[in-house]
Amino acid sequence: MTSYIFRRLLSATPTLLGVTLAVFMFVHVLPGDPARLMAGIQATEEAVQLVRSSLGLDKPLWVQYGIYFNDLIHGSLGISNRDAAAVSTHLAQAFGPTLFLTLAAMVVAIAIGLAAGIIAAVSHGRFLDLWTTSLAMFGISLPSFVLALALIWIFGVDLRWFPTGGDQGVASLVLPALTLGAGAAATIARISRSEMLEVLAQDYIRMAQAKGHRLRAIVLRHALPNTLISVVTVIGLHFGFLISGAIIVETVFAWPGLGRLLIDSIAFRDYPMIQGVVLVFALEFVAVNLLVDVLYARIDPRIRYH
Amino acid sequence: MWSAAVSRLVRRSPAGVIGLAIVVAMILIAAIGPQFAPYPPDAPDYAHARQGPSASHLGGTDDFGRDIFSRVLYGARISMTVGFLGVVIGLIPGAVLGLTAGYYGRWFDELVMRVIDVLLAFPGILLAIAMVAVLGPGLSNIVIAIGFFGIPVYTRLVRGATLQAKEQVYVEAVRAQGAASRRILFRHILPNIVAPIIVISTLQIAAAILTESALSFLGLGAPPPTPEWGAILTNAKDDLATLPYMAVFPGAALVLTVLGFNLLGDGLRDLLDPRMKT
Repeated sequence: MTSYIFRRLLSATPTLLGVTLAVFMFVHVLPGDPARLMAGIQATEEAVQLVRSSLGLDKPLWVQYGIYFNDLIHGSLGISNRDAAAVSTHLAQAFGPTLFLTLAAMVVAIAIGLAAGIIAAVSHGRFLDLWTTSLAMFGISLPSFVLALALIWIFGVDLRWFPTGGDQGVASLVLPALTLGAGAAATIARISRSEMLEVLAQDYIRMAQAKGHRLRAIVLRHALPNTLISVVTVIGLHFGFLISGAIIVETVFAWPGLGRLLIDSIAFRDYPMIQGVVLVFALEFVAVNLLVDVLYARIDPRIRYH
Repeated sequence: MWSAAVSRLVRRSPAGVIGLAIVVAMILIAAIGPQFAPYPPDAPDYAHARQGPSASHLGGTDDFGRDIFSRVLYGARISMTVGFLGVVIGLIPGAVLGLTAGYYGRWFDELVMRVIDVLLAFPGILLAIAMVAVLGPGLSNIVIAIGFFGIPVYTRLVRGATLQAKEQVYVEAVRAQGAASRRILFRHILPNIVAPIIVISTLQIAAAILTESALSFLGLGAPPPTPEWGAILTNAKDDLATLPYMAVFPGAALVLTVLGFNLLGDGLRDLLDPRMKT
């Protein structure tokens, strides 16, 4: 197991390096003067010149990347040109709320998605199946900000059950987590339904039925563990969607996380901060995919030997 | 040929037919809907601002007194254009990269797939937001950004299909006859892998429309007073407590359009490519 994890880490290294290169290049390849971008639109020519020399923007591109990378592994991501604080400080503050929100959404997605998928598969071809699959299709097509507006209106404005913005304890997490988790729940429901259907058609399931086990026991003890592999893959793949979804959901619900930091930074043209948030999101995504691969190997020992 | 395809779709995937109907309706609305709009989309009329739905204003009016129903009709044109253009812009380079990487293999394939891995490490909308952040807001920049982040999706799909196709006997046969690589790629392999490309493109149109409206919702899209669905919804958000009807038409139009393309894509997948699973 340890050697498997080590091998996977090693194979992710080029991707990680590529991600840092892409984030570094992001302000350099696109049109516009990076020094001017970094200093801000209103900065004087002297200030731009100062930024250019202090950031080493007059040096060759590969030297600049070397400096950027060296700073990066020492935890320095530059200075925000909005409030002159270190980018890493802002990122550290915003990372917690985003992680919290994403995990809560994940719990929502897995609970609703798995349950719906199992119910649909067990009642295959009947009314309940049609109802669940239609709802899942609708959930996939429902943009998070439309759902957010609907939830805010129903539960925030009309019923006044939950707060509609900011971070005021667990109650304020409910609506954002529901919004963010709904799309992933729909996808998980579809996958677990089709996987469950496939497993339920296997001989060992028929065997268990023949031995007189009850449906509940067959589904939970025999079928569910065998559908988990593909469900875990989908959850891993969808973590990326959760991250991008968080950008929108945090903005709608004024949740103080990375997504809102990103949108605020764009409004202020705070490029060091934008670079920092994009880097953290991408690294998080790669890390989660690694985690999924390792989880995979734990669920299905055969994978380790490939 | 078309009627045969439609009747097969009817038999194999009723949901796909619903999707097809929605998509055709939306294309029609985008094409001729604005001619039936009762009001101009961006003319303010402060005397009739913030009115609920009525016979003269089906979807009510917004804070500038603009007719929301008319704005939604015009918005269909924007969303459909961005959806189709965004997919075409990503599909062409993506397909060429996937075809060549899959066919020539070796170091070229290795290089392309490494770059694709890096691009896929950025969740789609994040890449689009980052690009728009540097290029500046606006519809044309959104189309470019959406096209760009679609490239890795098509490259991966087309490469996989090409890898399979190039081992087929018919490819070996034309190669034995001395056909040039380019001819093999575009005349023989491409027509044989077009089914999964159509399926994924249909689903990607849904994703493109979603992304575009999300970016506009975040204020990174078309500048006001462009009647874009996401932008209309942002506007509605501020008055949600008092005037929730403002969100109904643009929200429903967006959900319906995306649902239509998703249903059609799923139906086409069942029809064209039964091996591909959801």
